[in-house]
Amino acid sequence: MSRTLKRILLAAGMFAIGASAAGAATLDDVKARGALNCGVSQGLPGFSNPDDKGNWTGLDVDYCRAIAAAIFNDPTKVKFTPLSAKDRFTALQSGAVDVLSRNTTWTMSRDTTLGLNFSGVTYYDGQGFMVRKSLNLKSVNELNGASICVQSGTTNELNVGDYFRANNLKYELIAFATSDETVKAYDSGRCDALTSDQSQLYALRLKLTNVADHMVLPNVISKEPLGPAVRQGDDQWFDLTKWVYFAMLNAEELGINSKNIDQMAASNSPEIKRLLGSDGKFGESIGVSNDWVVRIVKHVGNYGEMFEKNVGTSSPLGIARGLNNLWNKGGVQYGMPVR
Amino acid sequence: MSLDTVAYVAPVDLRPQEPAPVSTRGAYGWARAHLFGSIGQVLLTLFGIWVIYVVVPPLLKFFIFDAVWTGTGRDACLPETVGRPVGACWPFIAAKWNQIIYGFYPEAERWRVNTVYFFGAALLLPLMFPKVPYKRLNALAFFGIYPVAAFVLLTGGDLDLRNFVLGWFGLDLGLASAGGLRVGFWLQFLIVTGIAVGIGMLVCPFFGGERRSVAKTILKTFAVIGVVLLVVDIDLGLVPVETRQWGGLLVTLVIAVTGITVSLPFGILLALGRRSELPLVKYASIIFIEFWRGVPLITVLFFATYMLPLFLPGRFTIDGLLRALVGVALFASAYMAEVVRAGLQAIPKGQYEGAMALGLRSGLMMRLVVLPQALKLVIPGIVNNFIGLFKDTTLVLIVSIFDLLGILRAAFTDPSWATPTTLFTGFGFAGIVYFVFCYGMSRYSMALERRLDRNRRH
Repeated sequence: MSRTLKRILLAAGMFAIGASAAGAATLDDVKARGALNCGVSQGLPGFSNPDDKGNWTGLDVDYCRAIAAAIFNDPTKVKFTPLSAKDRFTALQSGAVDVLSRNTTWTMSRDTTLGLNFSGVTYYDGQGFMVRKSLNLKSVNELNGASICVQSGTTNELNVGDYFRANNLKYELIAFATSDETVKAYDSGRCDALTSDQSQLYALRLKLTNVADHMVLPNVISKEPLGPAVRQGDDQWFDLTKWVYFAMLNAEELGINSKNIDQMAASNSPEIKRLLGSDGKFGESIGVSNDWVVRIVKHVGNYGEMFEKNVGTSSPLGIARGLNNLWNKGGVQYGMPVR
Repeated sequence: MSLDTVAYVAPVDLRPQEPAPVSTRGAYGWARAHLFGSIGQVLLTLFGIWVIYVVVPPLLKFFIFDAVWTGTGRDACLPETVGRPVGACWPFIAAKWNQIIYGFYPEAERWRVNTVYFFGAALLLPLMFPKVPYKRLNALAFFGIYPVAAFVLLTGGDLDLRNFVLGWFGLDLGLASAGGLRVGFWLQFLIVTGIAVGIGMLVCPFFGGERRSVAKTILKTFAVIGVVLLVVDIDLGLVPVETRQWGGLLVTLVIAVTGITVSLPFGILLALGRRSELPLVKYASIIFIEFWRGVPLITVLFFATYMLPLFLPGRFTIDGLLRALVGVALFASAYMAEVVRAGLQAIPKGQYEGAMALGLRSGLMMRLVVLPQALKLVIPGIVNNFIGLFKDTTLVLIVSIFDLLGILRAAFTDPSWATPTTLFTGFGFAGIVYFVFCYGMSRYSMALERRLDRNRRH
């Protein structure tokens, strides 16, 4: 019994451990704490998943590392909190995390009713279809009469119904409880196509017996803009998270990457000088040092590098840039000017 | 007595002794008796052989013969690159091994987990074998010192305690600290000790206690509490490791061991409480047991994780793992209470009467006569609960705690290991680990039963 008693007392002591309450000035809290608290998923290939060493990697993870690099000049000063889809917003509201970088779709209801602000769209996703190459399909509209595997209870299931009915296409939905079951069913030939968000399809594709026999159709039937979110009511922090994202886009647009950052720092181009902090005081205006972009690019890279490393062609997922290319290269990623 | 006086005994062996008939001995005889004794048996035997034929070879093929044993990434486990059908992808387990054992525990600090693992085994094993001496000392080390040491090692200690009891009444003696310890906290501790001794001495005459001995007991209790608090409060220079960085087998074992060691004593108390004649104790126990048995563990964990913080005032947050620990322990205690109650009910009335006739007080009667017999009777039920609890620990995944299974699920999402067989490999491995622990518990309990059951054998 005395052991039980001790445990209860230890428990009382452990009250001290835990998240700090939400403060008004998040940046000051982060600086005082010496680390950024970043909410990520419990495992989503290419966006946030633990690697062999137990370090979190992925696009959502790198975005948080970029914020840490801008503030501390050290991308490792991030504490990652894996959050389930259910408690992600509670975690942000209660102050358990400073930024929620967890493949969250930016929708009006979330933006307006949950007390949060979306800082940008780090990944433009959308619902797509995976089919066998042997079917020789070019577009979703050629899937007339196809049987489609989908995970039950998801918005994907509803989207398929809407889209196919709107376009007068015949279809047969075969729903499964988990995504693993869905993949197995598609792999064994139960259906002609597998539908999910495109970023997911590329990850699921890796679980198929013959990856090379399958392709993801290029067009999407829904809009899923995924981006980081912060608490409402702290504009300084909101600005910082927004501009870290824009800075990574601008760096790519100006051809600044982690390899040439040192040469670029000596560049005479006024745009590059402004971005890298040798001209103007843009860093100070968001509460970090003026060489903030140098820090971000040096430690994490520009947006393109971040994309390619985690989900792009140099990763197992091999997702094409598509919509996520820069605005001047056929995509919609557009970094607001640093001026 | 010579042979010739006993006429009916043959003086010599008439016939040499022959071996038993072929049909009753050796492998043939055994098979005949046990496998092919009747038509029904023959059918069952054939069915059994068919089941083994269907299940075992594919399992062996998948997990051993077709398995890939070396490699550094998903390419090593793809049929295209290997050039044959691929079974289990064991390099995946090898690559994730450290996470499976330690979770996200920082690499430089893992020796602390190893130390905890080592001393856990070193203290538990001698406790399990009856022949090893110093049982009392061993038990004290395992149940008394080990949990505190493990707590300090795993979390890093240095809790920075601020308020003791009085803080809940709004008293805060400030943040002044000396040698890493807060003066205010220890002042409060001393005050509370004084108050407790005072109350004890004032109250004890009403219960027929002796003032000196009561004061002594209270002081001793507070001394133990004080030492424990001092150990967890002192700064030993260990890097603090938050529980959210724990994971894998570490979390599974922490939850299971805590649940098991807390649930048995609590369960016994609750069972005794439920059979008590004091109405307050009785109904409190019944309500506790029925409440926790009536709600699912998932609900308990959910409630503890997401609802509790809403009730607690502002800054007052509880560590996530601790919440799960408390939930699991309370839940397991309620189940344990009913198992123990079953044992208490099986003890004949004569045992109670005999104990009373010997002049034992009710506490001693329970401790010396009833409980030893009752607990022995319900060992299978108790171990059943332990095994169930061990496997139920996986439910903490729901509240974002990555136990063994949770860490494997996270590992499945690593695109550099995504292959068609990764999932099966991971779950197969998890199955093996759980089986080893649960089967171990089951075998030990059976040995224990046999040992304790000697007096009942005829």
